Amino acid sequence: MGLRSFFDSIEPHFVKGGKYEKYFPIYEMVESFIYTPKTVTTVAPHARSYIDMKRIMTYVVIATIPCILFGMYNTGLQTNMAIAEHGASGWRAAIIEGLGIGFNANNPLANMLHGLMYFLPIYIVTLVAGGIFEVVFATVRKHEVNEGFLVTSMLYTLIVPASTPLWQVALGIIFGVVIGKEVFGGTGKNFLNPALVGRAFLYFAYPAQMSGDSIWTPVDGFSGATALSIGASDGYQALPERGIDWMDAFIGTIQGSFGETSTLAAMIGLAFLLVVRIANWRLIVGCLGGMIAFSTLLNLIGSDTNPMFAMPWYWHLVLGGYAFGLAFMVTEPVSASHTNMGRYIYGALIGFMVVMIRVVNPAFPEGMMLAILFGNVFAPLIDYFVVQANIKRRAKRYV
Amino acid sequence: MEGLISLAVKAIFVENLALSFFLGMCTFLAVSKKISTAMGLGISVMVVQAITVPANNLILNYLLAPGALAWAGFGDVDLTFLGLISYIGVIAALVQILEMVLDKYFPPLYNALGVFLPLITVNCAILGGSLFMVERSYDFAEAATYGVSSGFGWALAITAMAGVREKLKYSDIPDGLQGLGITFITAGLMALAFMSFSGVKL
Repeated sequence: MGLRSFFDSIEPHFVKGGKYEKYFPIYEMVESFIYTPKTVTTVAPHARSYIDMKRIMTYVVIATIPCILFGMYNTGLQTNMAIAEHGASGWRAAIIEGLGIGFNANNPLANMLHGLMYFLPIYIVTLVAGGIFEVVFATVRKHEVNEGFLVTSMLYTLIVPASTPLWQVALGIIFGVVIGKEVFGGTGKNFLNPALVGRAFLYFAYPAQMSGDSIWTPVDGFSGATALSIGASDGYQALPERGIDWMDAFIGTIQGSFGETSTLAAMIGLAFLLVVRIANWRLIVGCLGGMIAFSTLLNLIGSDTNPMFAMPWYWHLVLGGYAFGLAFMVTEPVSASHTNMGRYIYGALIGFMVVMIRVVNPAFPEGMMLAILFGNVFAPLIDYFVVQANIKRRAKRYV
Repeated sequence: MEGLISLAVKAIFVENLALSFFLGMCTFLAVSKKISTAMGLGISVMVVQAITVPANNLILNYLLAPGALAWAGFGDVDLTFLGLISYIGVIAALVQILEMVLDKYFPPLYNALGVFLPLITVNCAILGGSLFMVERSYDFAEAATYGVSSGFGWALAITAMAGVREKLKYSDIPDGLQGLGITFITAGLMALAFMSFSGVKL
């Protein structure tokens, strides 16, 4: 155990009174990343569980793996298909040609590799840029650098379009980490989802690179609308004519941000989170219920001018970021409601809002991101009213 | 009727006075520490708004607007330059009455609101509501709807703000940002979430 003894030998420098006392959070981060933390609670209540924050966060990262893999595959697939028409350029193409792999969209390995070359730069920039600010805050404010940032950076990478300029990627994650989380004191103390704050910031700050039809597949001259914007302009009935049937959308071989296209991959992640009991099923029930109820209601009302009114719930489920948001953002325990009744209401509010934004708001074809942020804002209020209702009910019982 | 409903939805969400026009910020930031107080203030603002906007609408249409005095025989008089002072007068009078009512019937709320109750008089959200009514030339029914719903939107925003701030009691905010600083940031982030409505056309 050379590594262990190395940590033991340098530890005295970092603990209180040591030479590098200030940098303890960095030491702690590296040490607890490799070894189980040895700290135990010293004050009551002594709740015992092997699920600590580290494990929760690690589970979430594991749950995103299907989305990451499929996201890379799909990005590569879409890019290679576009390259067949428009030709390749840039350093990625040079590397791929150098390796002699080519741009065959029918070759899964080539797709995977091409997707990886888009995924990795964004992910690395996210980790480095966000990580620096996380560590700076942890050092100055003397809290631990914990795995929450790993989850944030992974989710953030999965919800940006593949063509996002890297400096914007860095700016977005820094905004998300600093304004969305660190000014409130770090993981667990924020009220909005930091990954979504960063994404929303980019969306409103740089609409040119963040919306439109040409951003989803990073090939010059190629323009492919997302399935949702096709649905918004021509109605969902037009999707099969454009080569997108329901199964494509479910599996995820459509235009969109990295991780959000595949409903199937998101569902696998969600099932994992439900089995290890990190995701609360009440949130899922609420969110599905709200979405299904409101979209069905809109189907019944109907509209002559807005084709989105007619989109049935099973299309809402598979298009855009709904499934990804449902699996990883709605279920995020920090920014959701904390009471059981509140979870149903919170979920239903998001489900309602996502359909509302998609259907009624022509400015944003995609609504999941903003719907979740909106839900986050009202989550504490929902809890308050649920608690008040409980107090009233019990007061009545014991007069 | 449909027009009034969409006007109401627009006033509550799309053109939320607090989170998209940033009106009434002083009270919005100062009285949002506790949900119960914030709700009380929100309801007060809503009541004031619901009465002043239609009242000012009547004043505008029957006293001030060009030709409004035709019923009294002064068809060619234009008194719109008296607009601001009349609106604020109505608001001030109404707040006085509201203060007396609260003092008499809801003393805990009256004490909790403190100086911010008389300050509703100079709350820009209230005057803003009346001025929007003038600028968009609402008729009486629209003015009444707009008054109630814009007040409700403001109340909703301040209550949500108070909810978030009660949650933030458990957070660990840097020294320099404590108090108003973090409240401004919170208001900004909430406005980001309310951007989900921007662009909605009803």
